[in-house]
This record gives sequence, C-alpha cells and structure tokens, in this order.
Amino acid sequence: MPIVLKCHVGVGPKIRGRALVADDNFSARYDLDRIRGVFSRPQHKLAGQSYRDVVLVLNTAKGGVASAWMLHEMKSRGVCPAAILLNSANTILAQGAALADLSLCDRFEAGDVTELIRKGDDVEVEPLAGKVTILNR
Amino acid sequence: MQLSDEERTMLAGELGEARKWAIEHQLRVGAMFDAKDMVKVSQAHMMADPESLGEAGVCFVEGLATGGAKVTIPMITDPRGVDLSYYEPLGQTEAMAGLERRFISACQAMGIMMTDTCINYQTIMPPVFGDHVAYGDTGVVIYSNSVCGARSNFEGGPSALAAGLTGRTPRYGLHLNEQRQATKRFTVERTPKDLMDWGILGATVGRMAGGYWQVPVIEGIETAPTSDQLKHFGAAMASYGSTPLFHMVGVTPECHTIEDVGGDRLETRPITTNDLADLARPFGARGETVDVVVFAAPQLSLVEMGQVAALCDGRRRSENTDLIVCTPTQVYSDAKRLGYVASIEAFGGKVLVGTCFYQQYAREIGEANGWKRLLSNSAKIVNILGGYGFLPALANMEACVASAEKGKVV
Repeated sequence: MPIVLKCHVGVGPKIRGRALVADDNFSARYDLDRIRGVFSRPQHKLAGQSYRDVVLVLNTAKGGVASAWMLHEMKSRGVCPAAILLNSANTILAQGAALADLSLCDRFEAGDVTELIRKGDDVEVEPLAGKVTILNR
Repeated sequence: MQLSDEERTMLAGELGEARKWAIEHQLRVGAMFDAKDMVKVSQAHMMADPESLGEAGVCFVEGLATGGAKVTIPMITDPRGVDLSYYEPLGQTEAMAGLERRFISACQAMGIMMTDTCINYQTIMPPVFGDHVAYGDTGVVIYSNSVCGARSNFEGGPSALAAGLTGRTPRYGLHLNEQRQATKRFTVERTPKDLMDWGILGATVGRMAGGYWQVPVIEGIETAPTSDQLKHFGAAMASYGSTPLFHMVGVTPECHTIEDVGGDRLETRPITTNDLADLARPFGARGETVDVVVFAAPQLSLVEMGQVAALCDGRRRSENTDLIVCTPTQVYSDAKRLGYVASIEAFGGKVLVGTCFYQQYAREIGEANGWKRLLSNSAKIVNILGGYGFLPALANMEACVASAEKGKVV
C-alpha cells in the first residue's frame, strides 16, 4: 500500500525517481561539484554521492542566491536532481525551480521529510497537488 | 492571487512577451508562499555571475533582450564573475570572458545599470525605511532589511529580473509585518572588536537561527557598530543561516526595545565564547603555508580599502603567497585617487574591480594558480569555498596581511 505524504503546493512537473536522503541542508553553490554532478563539500552528509536524476530529500536551503540560476543551468545539461523535497524551502530554491521547471515541494504535514522518506525509496512527486507518494512501501 | 488591471494586462501578453514571462514566473513563486497580491518595488538588484548563469542562463537573458525587454524600475547588478581587464592572469578562459561580455551586453540592452556591487547600500542608493525592493545577494538583502528597515526577500537572479520587468514582486515573506517579528532571541556576552569577530558572531547566530523563516533578535551590543561591521555580521549570518533579517536591540530601526519585535516572549539563548570558538575552529591553520590571502565577500568599502592599504605600506608579500582584494568600481576610483590601490600594489597585491572572488569560477582559478590554502577575514567566504576545493582559514585583517608577508598563517 503506497504511503501518501501531503505537503504545501510546490512548483514543477509530476515526476518519479529514487530518493537520496540526508538530514542536512542544500545550496547549489556551497555543496555541489556541478560539472561532475556530486556533492563536493567535504562536511556534507552526502559528500561524494551523485545527485543526478534522484529525488533529493534534505532539511532546508542554506546560503546564497546563486542556486536560482544554478538549478536552471544544471537542468539545461541534464546533470540535476529529478526533484528536491525539503522540510522548508527558501525563496531562492522556489524561484530557481520555477525558472528551471524543476519539481520542488516542502512543508510536509506528517513531519520531518528526511525521516518519512528513506534512501532508495521509489517516490512520485506531484508539486501542484501538494502530494508525494512512496510507492514501494 | 489578486491582480490589478495592469498586472492582468501583463499576464495576457499585451505588454510584451518578457513581461508575460516575468509575471507568470512571479505567480508560480507567489503561489508557493501563499502571496495574496503583488507589491510595487522601487529598485531591483540582480545577482548573475557567468558561473551561475552558464550558457543556458546567458541565452535566456539574451532571449529577453532580443525580444525588446526593458526594465521599468532602476535595476542594478551584483559583482561580475570576470574582471574583463584582468582575467587571463587569474587563469580564467576566453570562454568565461565571452559569456560575461554577452551577459553584460544583454543587460545593457534592457536598461540595467551595471553597477557590479554587493555593497550598493554603501555606494549607490541605500533603500529607506519601509521601502519595498527586490534585491539579490544575501548580504545586500539582510543589510537592507535589518539596518535600513527596507523590505525584501532573497530575490534570486531570475526573480530580481522579473521584478525589474514588472516593477513589482509577490507580497510574501519579509514584505509582511508579521514575518518580521523575532522568532529567536540571543544575548551577546561581549561586543565583537574587528570585522572578523563580527563575521564569526553573525555566522554563529545564523547557524543557530536555522533557516530562512527565522528572525533572530540580538541583545547585549554595547555600542553602535559601524556599517562595515554590520556588513560582515549580516553577510556571515545570511551565509550560514540563509537568514534575511535580524534585529539588534537599540541599533536597528525596527527594534528600539525588545518588545518592538516581540522578543520579550522568547526564551533567551546566550552566545558564549565557546559557541564562537566552535564556529571558528575548523578555520584555524596557524603555522601552515598560505597560498592566497583574499579580502572580499562582501566587496571592500573605501574605509576597508584604506585599512588594508595602511597595513600594506612599507611591506612586501611573500613570493609564495598572493593577495587579492575585491572592491566595486565606485570605490576603486576613490581608492586609486587616495593612494590606497598603489599601496596594495606596492605590497604585491592585486585589486580586482567589480568582481567578488567566490563568484569568479573559484574552483578553476584555484586550480590554475595552485591556490589551496586560502586565508581571509571574511567568515562568509571561508564558509563557501570549502566546496570549491580550497582549504579556507580565518584571521583578522592585520593577521591576513602579516601572513601574506610571511608566507604562512601567523
């Protein structure tokens, strides 16, 4: 029986992918090697792991405004997460996702999304419906 | 969202494709944050370096410009990624410079003023109390909200551009009174001394505050800080916490008393000496060789340029250590006239104009120049550059110059 998680209305299209999860935060500038498509900040809990085509599940956004352009640039090269799910997005990630047409959701009713979703879960994200479904449980 | 007649006209495309894109973008973002309507803004400020934009971003902006887009309010820009008068010696490529040139050309065609600064509140036209603006660069936003009492969310490049085209932004977040009330209360035991100390305090508060929607209020600051001190304090807080607004009791304009921002209802968290030491600990490197000393993030004010120049006078950097200083063109002309640039250059330093180090393809210039160990007095820049392959370290301005002279961290 799939698990349905309600969240705030987000931005971007309906997508499906495998989850990559950490209780850590996100900035495209601070944390990523965007050419290789991996987390490059040594202190990040996902350091060394690829973020390409995954549903990235993290706590919140941090850092600066560069992520807004960077999500668009990453999407144009196809070296990009399939979606980003956060407990709390900031304005920058929302703006960047809107330009890039990248799926982004936050504010999950059932609690901490980094605990609700596990690494490797098969996840369907429907931002405009405010809904994320874990299909494998 | 409730739209005015003019906004509906934009949405229908009757005022051009660019403004149609802009307001559609704003509606998508506004929906995510439950905006009920739009608010007119007096200025826009866009962060857009070529590393962030990439080919896709430059093409996007060129497309708007080619379609005849024009901004409708004064719109200015954050630092550039390439100093076009000095990029080959830094190891930047012609391709990087080419992207930069194309972006500048597109912006100018749209009527954007290429001010190339992240300290516009010190150099161009500071916003005033209650002024709704659409600013990019987190340091610009936190200073404008907190010190000036203006109202802006973090507006990433695409959204700042949209605001420039429509003259408005969705009314959510810090445009609303209720979002400006304090949510976290901190007490400082000792007022910081130098710019690095202010940055460490700001970073500590930002890390504890924990996110964009938190508003820290700080008590215990004994005397009014300078603009440069609050600049480093806010920039570091925004960097560590993605924090767009702070209040400082008796200092910032919305917070004459703790009650003004609702802080009296909050439990106080003291900021201890240990908290500050914990923040700084990963950036200690005493005795280690240093490849490059950087003064940037934010760009230096004229006062900071004078301070660095005075420290450089009569000294010379080590052959093994470079010194980079980033300042906006508005400051550079005065700094040159006053002899500050000459002092820094006589030391062996290089002043880059209209750029900021971490926005200049930091990974590539680090590799091209063999820079690994980087020393700065900016708590913001050391937070950013670990992800770019640097080993960043913190020291105050005096120690930074002394370290550049000795070739190792003093």
